[in-house]
Amino acid sequence: MKLSEIADRLGIKIKTKDCDTAREVKGCYISDLLSDVMANAKEGDIWITLQTHPNIVAVASLKNLSGIIITNNRTPENDTMKKAEDEHIAIASSPLSTFETGGLLYKMLGC
Amino acid sequence: MIKGVIEGSFHITGGDFTNAGIASSEVKSILTGLGISSDIVRRAAIATFEAEMNVIIHAVAGVMHYYVSSERIRVVINDMGAGIPDIEQAMQEGFSTAPDWVREMGWGAGMGLPNIKKNSDVFRLESAVGEGTTLEIILNLREEDLHEAE
Ligand SMILES: Nc1ncnc2c1ncn2[C@@H]1O[C@H](COP(=O)(O)OP(=O)(O)O)[C@@H](O)[C@H]1O
Ligand SMILES: [Mg+2]
Repeated sequence: MKLSEIADRLGIKIKTKDCDTAREVKGCYISDLLSDVMANAKEGDIWITLQTHPNIVAVASLKNLSGIIITNNRTPENDTMKKAEDEHIAIASSPLSTFETGGLLYKMLGC
Repeated sequence: MIKGVIEGSFHITGGDFTNAGIASSEVKSILTGLGISSDIVRRAAIATFEAEMNVIIHAVAGVMHYYVSSERIRVVINDMGAGIPDIEQAMQEGFSTAPDWVREMGWGAGMGLPNIKKNSDVFRLESAVGEGTTLEIILNLREEDLHEAE
């Protein structure tokens, strides 16, 4: 499923200008531990996390993730958005919890 | 075909979380540009990023050197810092001395060194307490890991 369709169905907006919203989301990984994401997320995964600092962009970029959803209405720091725009990494914020966001994605991606 | 040895280096500053990932991203794009297979690039990216983070989290300053030939990728990360008193303990999954504020950022899970080892063919870690740490990793390249770079 495309990133834009996932955002629509979750009712959230992708905040990053200039990112590939037509990118295919292949799966999802949920973790707030960055080394865990480095070790276990797969290319094309969308990443659900509570972390908002710039290092999430480096992780998403190095792992070729399809995007980041920050949950519980947290917003990415300004430096995070700046980096995300430079590296064309899609970031969205969701008012839902990690559990709810993950549950909806689990159904959408037909796991 | 990679001719000779392609090499370069990056400075890493301890505590500089804002620029975390620049050295490893550069190494990743150099490897990709050389036409190295995505599986090797993926393993190298994990290993170099965790090594870069260790300098940022645990040391004062360091340098990452990379050397790429048609046979292997070799990366040496040298730092000045507190060093590691017990390497065997540091290698244990889950062991971390990272302070609370670093853990709140989602670092300090104690997974870095074990993951670097898992993703490299050769792993050498040497440290002198009060002086610094040297980490050397090698990823071997087979002929099928080298495509024509575009
Ligand atoms: N370059 C370094 N300089 C000093 N200590 C280090 C360095 N790299 C690792 N260590 C020590 O080894 C421990 C384990 O490292 P690692 O597995 O990467 O986990 P983490 O970085 O999450 O703590 C660190 O908490 C630290 O005590
Ligand atoms: Mg580490």
